[in-house]
Amino acid sequence: MASNSTLDFEKPIVELEKKIAEMRSLADTLDIQPQIEELEQQVERLRSEIYRNLTRWQRVQIARHPDRPYTLDYITHCLTDFVELHGDRNFRDDPAIVGGLASIGDTRVVVVGHQKGRDTKSNLYRNFGMPNPEGYRKAHRLFSLAERFSLPVICFLDTPGAYPGLEAEERGQAEAIARNLFQMAALKVPIIIVIIGEGASGGALGIGVGDRILMLENAWYSVIAPESCSSILWRSWEYKEQAAEALKLTAPDLVDVGIVDRIIPEPVGGAHRDPEAMFTTMQSVLREELSVLGSITTSDLVTKRRKKFYAMGVWTE
Amino acid sequence: MAWFLRKSKNISDSSPAQREMPDGLWTKCPDCSTIIYRKELEEHAYTCPNCDHHFRIGSAKYVSVLFDEGSWTETDREVRSADPLDFVDTRPYKARLKEAYSRTDLPDAVTTGTGRIYGMPVAFGCMNFGFVGGSMGSVVGEKFVRAGRRALESRSPFVFISASGGARMQEAALSLMQMAKTSAFLTELAEAGLPYISILTDPTTGGVSASYAMLGDVIIAEPKALIGFAGPRVIEQTIRKKLPEGFQRSEFLLEHGMVDMVVHRHDLKKSLYTVLSHLMGGKRG
Repeated sequence: MASNSTLDFEKPIVELEKKIAEMRSLADTLDIQPQIEELEQQVERLRSEIYRNLTRWQRVQIARHPDRPYTLDYITHCLTDFVELHGDRNFRDDPAIVGGLASIGDTRVVVVGHQKGRDTKSNLYRNFGMPNPEGYRKAHRLFSLAERFSLPVICFLDTPGAYPGLEAEERGQAEAIARNLFQMAALKVPIIIVIIGEGASGGALGIGVGDRILMLENAWYSVIAPESCSSILWRSWEYKEQAAEALKLTAPDLVDVGIVDRIIPEPVGGAHRDPEAMFTTMQSVLREELSVLGSITTSDLVTKRRKKFYAMGVWTE
Repeated sequence: MAWFLRKSKNISDSSPAQREMPDGLWTKCPDCSTIIYRKELEEHAYTCPNCDHHFRIGSAKYVSVLFDEGSWTETDREVRSADPLDFVDTRPYKARLKEAYSRTDLPDAVTTGTGRIYGMPVAFGCMNFGFVGGSMGSVVGEKFVRAGRRALESRSPFVFISASGGARMQEAALSLMQMAKTSAFLTELAEAGLPYISILTDPTTGGVSASYAMLGDVIIAEPKALIGFAGPRVIEQTIRKKLPEGFQRSEFLLEHGMVDMVVHRHDLKKSLYTVLSHLMGGKRG
């Protein structure tokens, strides 16, 4: 995918790529073919070097990359026969959360996820992936549907947070999220959670309780975004890098504290550099996870799920 | 004891908004400026006799307001916050905790135990806003579940008072997961047919409101408490408008159908007892 937006730390790569392109455009390409090949190898080495040593803040930037695949991209490329279902039957349809019925192989599933937009217009439509209460209530409705028809649930998490708006508060943002946590904790079908981009706080968790918590290599998940954390604890927006470090919000960090079960590797350079490869990996991981969960009885599933969350936390006594 | 317990502004390290009511002999009402004698304040369940302002009080005072004398037993006091992430912002989390423990003599942002309300046994938890802003970390989540488990074991109702700015940032994703942990536990209580009453006091926001605080079978709010998911300042910055008077206050939530009742602290024990008697009085089996 041609990227029109380069992250700061990728600039050395882009410089080299430009140089290669220039050389290719020269009349007598044959003569310098060895040099071009040498440079290409250099680019690959540089890229894997940079991506092996990403800071936490750099990962946050990759998680927010405008070309990164979103929920509907995964639904389109990893699932089949998708039927989108709309509305919370109460107030309105929230485009910041999408969901519906789909298949993966011969397994029928209910799929739900946060949805961001890719340009100004679609971002306004999707509210930048920030749900209102009706989004969580639509998800609630789809989870009930899943339970009634014995369909496993797949949730893709990717939100900068639940929308902090006046009407959102009036309509009970807190209650809408709380109600989903309660419902998902005891839902009688398997639930797979995949954090694909940004997992910001209660807005992400509101569709994020499940049997297996999977996370893309360059996604982030925490109680607050690094910028907001910086503004509250450092009383300035300038400490986002330090905040990202302190929050330990990357996939490997969350495996360490027992929150994330499995990291899904991304192509070198991030999911947006090779979406096809990303979709192939995602599909095979989902199939594998579904088949493991499918062999567990319903009551065991719920008991294990609750125990999983009871075990989260660190204290002394 | 000092007449007024007021710290010099220069050496105060937490904003006035973060504090609970000071323990002086006389207290000035922040709403109507009436000077209230300590004894009178106690008799009025720590509300202003003149304007009904509800002072922010911690768990110890709620225990005295709600429970029959001599019936209270505190539990799990030894469960303390650790610092699993080695979190450092402008100060290390360890230092903040140490200071909070020594300044408040509280067992963290929540106190749990059992007691009797007009003779009825109740499992109980109450948040302490004076401890790191009542923020919910691993300890709050764990003690919530343990207190609730006592309700399960003794087949008694579970009552929990919230007062919190939200999740504790210094425990990052672990504090976020306490929302899921506490909510997951409440499904067990619901399956057992035991009532869970959530009492919302000033303030109840963020991750606490978006989990157990809003999951009560019955939700009771104290008058004029700030209750919401996002804080008012964040909302104002987002929508670039001034918020209407009374927005996110208890009465506003009552009007919007988000809480069952707004109850003066005077009547809290009586209301709680009445609700619990109804819910525990059904014919089962």
